[in-house]
Amino acid sequence: MFALVFPPIGNLVEWKDYFGEGEFYAFNKIALISLLALLIPSVLFILAKKDMVPRGLQNLVESTIEFVDQQVIMAAIGPDGRRYMPLLLSIFLFVFFGNIFEVIPTFHMPANARMANPLILALIVWATFIGVGLKHHGLGYIKASLFPPGVPGPLYALVTPIEFLSTFVLRPFGLAVRLFANLLAGHILLVTFGVLCIAVFQLSAIVLVLPFSFGMLVALTGFEIMVSFLQAFVFALLAAVYIDSSLHPHH
Amino acid sequence: MSVLATATEVIELAQEGLTAGDEQNISAASGAGLAYGLAAIGPGIGIGYLVGQAVQAMARQPEAAGQVQTTMFLGIAFTEALALIGFVVFILLKFA
Repeated sequence: MFALVFPPIGNLVEWKDYFGEGEFYAFNKIALISLLALLIPSVLFILAKKDMVPRGLQNLVESTIEFVDQQVIMAAIGPDGRRYMPLLLSIFLFVFFGNIFEVIPTFHMPANARMANPLILALIVWATFIGVGLKHHGLGYIKASLFPPGVPGPLYALVTPIEFLSTFVLRPFGLAVRLFANLLAGHILLVTFGVLCIAVFQLSAIVLVLPFSFGMLVALTGFEIMVSFLQAFVFALLAAVYIDSSLHPHH
Repeated sequence: MSVLATATEVIELAQEGLTAGDEQNISAASGAGLAYGLAAIGPGIGIGYLVGQAVQAMARQPEAAGQVQTTMFLGIAFTEALALIGFVVFILLKFA
């Protein structure tokens, strides 16, 4: 029907290596986007001047920092969370720039729609919140998270395994899968309407449908920009919440 | 269960002209559709309820809007994870 052939999933998310095929230094589009996501914020932050009265680029950089400070750190941890600003700001910017390449022409691929990137980020967050807990409370952190106070004795047989699973297994898994699946779903959505536009355009008989599918493509591109930002925000916010739960375990 | 039963009946009825690969594709596709459809119900209701309550809270106490919003995003992130796991299962069933 409509000569509509949806490409197999491998064509959507796997890219040929630019060089070094089969070697350990193989470099494809995902690696390029990850590298750009690392370089663009770094260059912006280095280029920004440090005047008393901010202008231009410095405004952008300062409002980014203020956003992470107010909406992520102050909302989730409080004033003593400011020392985790470098980690949370880097995570936010890396995830955001990795996502936003979903809608940038000639790239059209979010780096976080491959499991590797979200998985590594989630493992970094996992190691960080366990490390923070052990540093500030010693082994008491493990005890507080596995044996929450105020539970009647025999129920610990039920509570402890659940707490172990939810804290040490499901947290990094959920963090990684949330980012990965959101971006993959958005990518497939855009591909679906792109394929529909091409098919309807080739089948020029149905000119009435083309504005609709093209309009949907434009609208969904806007939606995906919002999702890119929101997922970066949610990832940083959840990282902050997890760090907070290790920093102040009893509230 | 009746949905599953009808799906298998349809497959059995159409079985004469199908190869084994077709059958596998059909069962994978119907399983995938079912997996995502079922996984979307709960989080859909949950997110609707959550955002509705958040809007109510913001309307009652506009000065707490910022805090409510942050908590709302957190809640959405946790609720939505279930739907997204359903989506991953869909991808795995359909394409893997």
